[in-house]
Amino acid sequence: MAKAPILGLFETADNAADAGDALKAAGVPQTDYDFLTDTPYPEGAFGERHEGHRLYIFPFVGALIGLTVGVMLTSMTSMAYPLVQGGKPIMSLPPMAVVTYESTMLTAIIFTIIGIIFESRLPAFKQGLYDTRITEGYIGVLANVEEDQLTSTQTLLTQAGAIDVVRNSGGPGA
Amino acid sequence: MQEGTPLQSRQINRELLVSILNSPKWFWMAVGILGLIVLFAMGTAGLMINKGMGVTGLNRPVMWGFFITNFVFWIGISHAGVMLSAILRLSKAEWRRPATRAAEILTVFSLMTAMMMPLIHTGRPWRLVYWIYTVPFVPYDYARGIWPNVRSPLVWDPSAVYTYLTSSILFVIIALIPDFAVLRDRTTGISNKIYGMLAMGWQGNPRQWKLQIIAGVLLSALILPVFVSVHSIVSWDFGMAVSVKSWHSTIFAPYFVVGAVHSGVSAVAFVLIILRYIYGWQNYIRHEHIDALARLLIVVATGWFYFLVMEIVFGFYGREADEIAVRNLQFMITPWNIWMMIFVGVTYFLPVAIWLSRSARRNLWIMSLACISVNVGMWLERFLIIVPGLARKQLLTFDWYTYTPSAVEWIIVGATFAMVSMLMLVIARVVPLIPLYDIKEGEILRTEIKIGRVSVPATFRED
Repeated sequence: MAKAPILGLFETADNAADAGDALKAAGVPQTDYDFLTDTPYPEGAFGERHEGHRLYIFPFVGALIGLTVGVMLTSMTSMAYPLVQGGKPIMSLPPMAVVTYESTMLTAIIFTIIGIIFESRLPAFKQGLYDTRITEGYIGVLANVEEDQLTSTQTLLTQAGAIDVVRNSGGPGA
Repeated sequence: MQEGTPLQSRQINRELLVSILNSPKWFWMAVGILGLIVLFAMGTAGLMINKGMGVTGLNRPVMWGFFITNFVFWIGISHAGVMLSAILRLSKAEWRRPATRAAEILTVFSLMTAMMMPLIHTGRPWRLVYWIYTVPFVPYDYARGIWPNVRSPLVWDPSAVYTYLTSSILFVIIALIPDFAVLRDRTTGISNKIYGMLAMGWQGNPRQWKLQIIAGVLLSALILPVFVSVHSIVSWDFGMAVSVKSWHSTIFAPYFVVGAVHSGVSAVAFVLIILRYIYGWQNYIRHEHIDALARLLIVVATGWFYFLVMEIVFGFYGREADEIAVRNLQFMITPWNIWMMIFVGVTYFLPVAIWLSRSARRNLWIMSLACISVNVGMWLERFLIIVPGLARKQLLTFDWYTYTPSAVEWIIVGATFAMVSMLMLVIARVVPLIPLYDIKEGEILRTEIKIGRVSVPATFRED
């Protein structure tokens, strides 16, 4: 049987955490429910699963690429126009280091940005079940359950303190 | 340090999105007036391009004047964004929350303005295409086989500034994604579609928030070294110039960086005061925030003053003829000596005297005066480094000269302030200048704890 989304809206973090506990107790895998908020709550506030990521690899890869590009850019352009100035070597390391440093940092930052977007699973072209009241401060508990469990999940969310339970995206402005 | 009353999410949305959803009646009039000033300056720049650089006060040997002074000034202002955003983010200073976004956006606009100045200064800005070397392996003047001279500080400079500009823009955009989602949920029609695209399907699940928080810290740590490098490299435009001996100072890099932070943070404090006034953000930009910025500025200003004194003392101590000639101009010859006195007074003594008083720090009119005073002084500082150095560039008095800016230079430089003001107003119409989620996070983390018989505000701080 196909799974269907259901979204409970809660006014307090305590109630949302209770809903999470209730879903867990009802046998819903942790990968099948999520908490949607308009502000970052402290990690673990809802008893949610630990989220691993590989973001830290991105700046290192970017820095390595930028370093290579910087060294190549400065050395090759120096050699391409070999004008001796003040008896200094054509490939002078201190000035090369300046431009190489900037290219290293620039590429590291660009790769970090790519990493943040990629690891955040963005862009999400298909948004799924959502309610605009979440950005008004309500906490959404979004569960994906078997279709025959929708009614029982709705009851469970309501008992945990949900002020509303929705099955179709909506809310003001939606 | 917490004042004010706890705020609800809905109230935060309503109040902080007022600049976007209900822009005030004066908005278009203000943008129009500022736009006309910018257009007038563009026409003046067009005249300058048409007639040649002879319409400016630039001469031989003073070939850098108002335009380059203004370039260094706006680069300095741009340092506020990273200073506040990155350092305060990394140190988890609670009072950063309302200040970061405005500071970052001010960084972007002031960098753009700064980069315009050398282009205008060239007199032939269409030759920009020859300068574009930062795209790897794209040479300039390829036809004649002339490649960028990596040994020139004038090549390091754009590489650093463009790195900083690109990084700052990306930093702002990443931090805006959650706020774009709020706007997506509050708008309809075409605005809804645009904000929806910009929000990229943001839902606000724990994974996205975790990455967003790490992004703030990681990007801050990456941009900080760039921030230090940018104004260091701008100082090397002078410090490593072969021909002007009085600019050969080993402390120029830290001196310029601290000076930039001094002017930049003052500018941010002023912008925050203006935003508080025009959008009624008293609940967000509170006296405690301006007070904290002023206290920070006392330290920054004193650090800057130390470098200033050292720079002057080292200049005199060597007793080299070139250096003494420049110092003689700065300290003994009118009107330069009067400008020097005004510069030191308005950059250090007047504002620091104001900031030492708690009541003055919490008086927004006085704080505005102090912040403007610092920036007038910092503009003069750059002018008094650049012009006297060039005016006394040659050893023989036969080659000494002075500089009087023309109306063309006054108009173009004056219009850059109108341009940045206009851009700040326009961007306030499009994105929230105070980060919504940051304020909301501050609200959920704040509480009150009872110690003995008093209740004191407290904030939970996550590691």
